[in-house]
Amino acid sequence: MSAVAEAPIATAADARRAGGWLLVATAILLSVWVLLPIYLLIVNALSSPEQVTAFPKRFFPSFDVGSLSFFINFAGVARALWNSVLVATLTMILSIGFGAPAGYALSRFDFPGKGTFRFMVLMTRAFPLPLLALPLAVMFIRTGLDDTAIGLALVHTTLALPFAVLITFSLFSGIPVELEEAAWTLGCTRLQAFRKVILPLALPGIAASAVFAFTISWNEVFAAAVLTIENRTLTAFLLQSLGESPLYLKFAGGAALVVPALIFIFAVRKYLFAMWGIANR
Amino acid sequence: MAEIAIKGVAKRFGGFTALHQVDLSIADQEFMVLLGASGCGKTTLLRIVAGLETPSHGEVWIGGRRVDNLPPRERGIAMVFQNYAVFPHLTVFENIAFGLRMKKLPQQEVEQRVNRTAELMHIEQLLKRYSGQLSGGQRQRVAVARALAMEPDVILMDEPLSNLDALLRLEMRAELKGVLAASKTTTIYVTHDQVEAMSLADRIAVMHQGRIVQAASPVEVYRNPAARFVGSFIGNPPMNFIPATKAANGSWSVAGLTLPGPKSDRQKIEFAIRPEDVDAGSEGLQATVRVIEPLGPHTLVTCDVEGGLFRAILESNASVQVGDHLRLAPKPDRIRWFDPETTNAL
Repeated sequence: MSAVAEAPIATAADARRAGGWLLVATAILLSVWVLLPIYLLIVNALSSPEQVTAFPKRFFPSFDVGSLSFFINFAGVARALWNSVLVATLTMILSIGFGAPAGYALSRFDFPGKGTFRFMVLMTRAFPLPLLALPLAVMFIRTGLDDTAIGLALVHTTLALPFAVLITFSLFSGIPVELEEAAWTLGCTRLQAFRKVILPLALPGIAASAVFAFTISWNEVFAAAVLTIENRTLTAFLLQSLGESPLYLKFAGGAALVVPALIFIFAVRKYLFAMWGIANR
Repeated sequence: MAEIAIKGVAKRFGGFTALHQVDLSIADQEFMVLLGASGCGKTTLLRIVAGLETPSHGEVWIGGRRVDNLPPRERGIAMVFQNYAVFPHLTVFENIAFGLRMKKLPQQEVEQRVNRTAELMHIEQLLKRYSGQLSGGQRQRVAVARALAMEPDVILMDEPLSNLDALLRLEMRAELKGVLAASKTTTIYVTHDQVEAMSLADRIAVMHQGRIVQAASPVEVYRNPAARFVGSFIGNPPMNFIPATKAANGSWSVAGLTLPGPKSDRQKIEFAIRPEDVDAGSEGLQATVRVIEPLGPHTLVTCDVEGGLFRAILESNASVQVGDHLRLAPKPDRIRWFDPETTNAL
């Protein structure tokens, strides 16, 4: 009797345990899917050129910076790196300059079409860049914006802006409006209240949003490749020149691209979660 | 001198009218409580006085100056918010000093005033802390100190005690009354808690559906409600209402009792009496006991009178049983009458 009674319970526990294993297995699989290429990239970037081409492959880096130093000294890399930083910085300034006020307005004011506006901000991400690239290139050539840092930064700003708006929107919404009102009753103008109360509280989040915009620009390759010729950014430069380069150079270039972006994203991850409303602080 | 005059103030939010043509004057140094259920417009009215909300109509005057076109900072007010609104990135000292620094007072005076108000609110040991390190009650003290340090003409308080637990609320209530009386400011205080209103106010303005129904002293509001709503809102338990029909010689018949009443053209009006203003005896309203709640000092008896609920507060030694038929005699000078159509007192 007792065996019959226990059987369904045991099955339920088994099912739960199996479910738990499945979850763990999926998590491991996805982590490996993401982390393994990055790991191999770094191992190979930190190995000497001979080790990279040798067989069997090594799974531990020899910390040989030969490939990396060769890559850094490779003609055009320094310039491309500078262009990347310049474009990304411009993108960061533009997206926060436009995005933060928009986020503030969305969180503090009720205006007609607010819902539509929020939706449209997201919809800008629905246009595939390749579709826009050709008309953009033509327009840029006509206006003289082609092959300039500011021109590319404008395109990257369109890509980064929705995120800047949404992150700062959730950021400002998390700051009680009463704090601002208290500041007004204590003698502040709207601008003073923003500067003395809201800005100090929002600054870490705004900085995170800025870093994210920087990373979007840093990683973007398509528009960069189409719209620049002389003033290539690092991504566009690598796409163009590493195709014919030896393997170890590809690894070094890849690492130079991936590692800064990874560090940036890791630093601001908690604010990116906030964007989706998971947690604010 | 900071008397406040609210003249014909109305506020509409889209199609919803939050305030209809409100008129109210508040004397210098008066403690005025706006009392009403949530959604009655009391907070909206306070925010209009503060300048955080613009009236759709009407004028607001503070100290003989028309202020409804001025921003909050130019109105000579300070405000205490329901959720305290203590700035989390500043220490308690800097919170209290915030308004003084905006006024560009010399450092020495800022320190003096901060220390004085902190002492007044018993938070002098917390000056170096941040808001996150304070309890709710301490935060409330900081918020009040920050308002007092401004030495404003008018202090506006929006349910300042409602986020505190019951015991703390009682303690803070008495303390606030003392501190505000000493500060000689005019105060407008918004609450939905009638006990808070009764205990703090010089005058209570009872609000209902965007109108001020009655503005009078607490005793007056309690004894002589100007409208049925006031009687049914204030008092715990509230007033009892029984329909009355016209009898001969200008008297009214109420649940088996004939009482002299007001002159009225109507055939039916409403009789009203507070639960504590009836005595059990041989004469009076016919009542059947439904529920008995002994409360210690007295006993709350819920009865059936003319098919409606009637609550009576009787002496605790009264021996009543569920199902008993009682005769409840209303004290003649405490009987009130209301017009059922206009709901106003007769």
